[in-house]
Amino acid sequence: MTRPTTLVEKIWAAHAVAELGDDTTLLLIDRIFLHERTGGRMLQGVADAGRQVFDSATVLGTLDHIIDTDVGRTDETKFPGGAEFIQTFRDGAEAAGIPIFDIGDPRQGIVHVIAPELGVAQPGLTLVCGDSHTGTMGGMGALAWGIGVTQGEHALSTQCLPAKWPKQMRVRFEGQLGPAVTAKDLILHLIRLHGATGGENSALEFAGEAVRGLSCAARMTLCNMAVEFGAWTGIVAPDETTFEFLRGRPFAPHGADWDAAVAWWRTLRSDADAVFDREIVIDASAIEPQVTWGTSSDQSIGVGEAPPSPAAIADPVARASAEKALAYTDVTPGLPILGLPIEAAFIGSCTNSRIEDLRAAAAILRGRMVADGVLAICVPGSSAVKRQAEAEGLDTVFRDAGFEWRESGCSLCFYNGGDSFRGARRVITSTNRNFENRQGPGVRSHLASPLTVAASAIAGAIADPRDYGAL
Amino acid sequence: MEPFTRVEGVAAPMPIDNVDTDAIIPSKETTSVARTGYGEKLFANWRYLPGARTPDPAFVLNRPPFTDAKILVAGRNFGCGSSREAAVWSLQQFGIRCVIAESYGQIFRNNCIRNGLLPVTLPIDAVQSLLDQLQGTSEPLMAVDLDAQVLTSPTGETLRFEIGPLERDMLLAGADEIGLTLARRDQIEAFRAHDRARRPWVYSGNSN
Repeated sequence: MTRPTTLVEKIWAAHAVAELGDDTTLLLIDRIFLHERTGGRMLQGVADAGRQVFDSATVLGTLDHIIDTDVGRTDETKFPGGAEFIQTFRDGAEAAGIPIFDIGDPRQGIVHVIAPELGVAQPGLTLVCGDSHTGTMGGMGALAWGIGVTQGEHALSTQCLPAKWPKQMRVRFEGQLGPAVTAKDLILHLIRLHGATGGENSALEFAGEAVRGLSCAARMTLCNMAVEFGAWTGIVAPDETTFEFLRGRPFAPHGADWDAAVAWWRTLRSDADAVFDREIVIDASAIEPQVTWGTSSDQSIGVGEAPPSPAAIADPVARASAEKALAYTDVTPGLPILGLPIEAAFIGSCTNSRIEDLRAAAAILRGRMVADGVLAICVPGSSAVKRQAEAEGLDTVFRDAGFEWRESGCSLCFYNGGDSFRGARRVITSTNRNFENRQGPGVRSHLASPLTVAASAIAGAIADPRDYGAL
Repeated sequence: MEPFTRVEGVAAPMPIDNVDTDAIIPSKETTSVARTGYGEKLFANWRYLPGARTPDPAFVLNRPPFTDAKILVAGRNFGCGSSREAAVWSLQQFGIRCVIAESYGQIFRNNCIRNGLLPVTLPIDAVQSLLDQLQGTSEPLMAVDLDAQVLTSPTGETLRFEIGPLERDMLLAGADEIGLTLARRDQIEAFRAHDRARRPWVYSGNSN
């Protein structure tokens, strides 16, 4: 009888090229995704070292990080220097024979949105990208993680990366989700309970009844923020939901390949008696819509609660950090967060910009108007999401409500010196990071689900989506 | 990569948790594909007054002797957030050779090792003690010796720190990790040939 193993252990074993000692394995990398922010730098690094891309058939690229999201965009970005990044990336990709989804390509979009949409991200694949939210692909059952430029050069040059055997953690969300509670609320709640380092650099498997019931898109939202929990990556065991999602997508296996792939994918699950270094069980039915109040992902509360007082924190560094966060966000401990006026609302990013995110937000916005003085922006996660939304008339719902309707890209998830919220200071946002200055100098970011963002845009203040009929 | 063996000099205290890579190097500062020119951009949002390149006298790295800091001591989860390697380049190009913290954002830490910046991990009590010592002295000097895995605090106390042998050796040698992996090319190709028979769809999927 073989030893019971975890999902991650099974994928790991299928990719172990060599043991390097010190619990470190040289892992085969199945797919590498590049983007214009670091892709050109990586390819230049490979070439400068006199090396070649090991297998360009495993590499794809997209433009998402730097390009504008305005209609009619060109290489001349609002971000100073963008044209250099774009051209270096194109030149490097062309020289190496790597296809890229450029401006105007119908497949263009945020890397972590298009990888599953095109069927590139599949169960059991190892996939890396020069972006910290690459773990998003764990929602498809892939073992995916973010890397820097040097490790990008490593993966491109060798088709491998050394990786240290991670702690095995499992978080089970049991029970049924309440109305207007989404995967975003689950992950924010988890981080709040266990801290921004609670993930302990682990490979974190999300499981439980509530997770099994989530769509692939929602599982991706969950895994997207595993890195904000301090996990190495997040993953959900693939199941019929995953297979149905992938079937027929352009880069998914076809014919006999499909049958063989599904047969292997069905084995990718943790054995019933697999041992985890840590297991957390959470009653998902007790979670309400969440919103962050500070500048770290763990500084989150239910929409019906008030930010806590730092005075209760014994540890001096942790207390100073909470005080610094409160000074930056200018919220008052003890006062309800509900009703805090906002000046902008943003729906987009690799966390929450997929078609079902837009459908859910539109259901709240339909027939309503964004509050006076609130700048509201929707940036679909991919060109395909945008086309689908337009086919369903969602763009009209967003526009009629007073939202700007943009081209796809990373956009205002981060401020790069170009595009901005035009002076708005307090933003409710469906993105993943509420760091100081992340979305602009002095901008205070409150992370929430697209439902909560839509409800708040209408109210002109942080609002509870359940008060707007959200299901 | 430049080898790391030992560093001795001014250590700057940054007594907060979750110093993210957006704070270390704001996205708006990475305006070129190049790996250089990042020293003056380190902590730009904290280091300069809004709207200009006027140093904020309240920020630690603007106050002598910390303007010459070679070591940075912070709280928990240093370098969390974005994978941007420019966070490491900006610390190095400012002059920081070693960071000491209770924990790190993992991608940042991986990037450090591959650039010859030593990330020392210590229990929070030890970090807190170093922060207290640095904030209570006019001579905030420390030494960090990777070969011996020992650091010397401002008061002269010595502390052992742990680091994995692979990472330690790579830093000490200034090793070219990519070259080491490429030396296994035959092994990698043999593995892929075997894998292709086992998972054929992985090798045809991207040709669509």
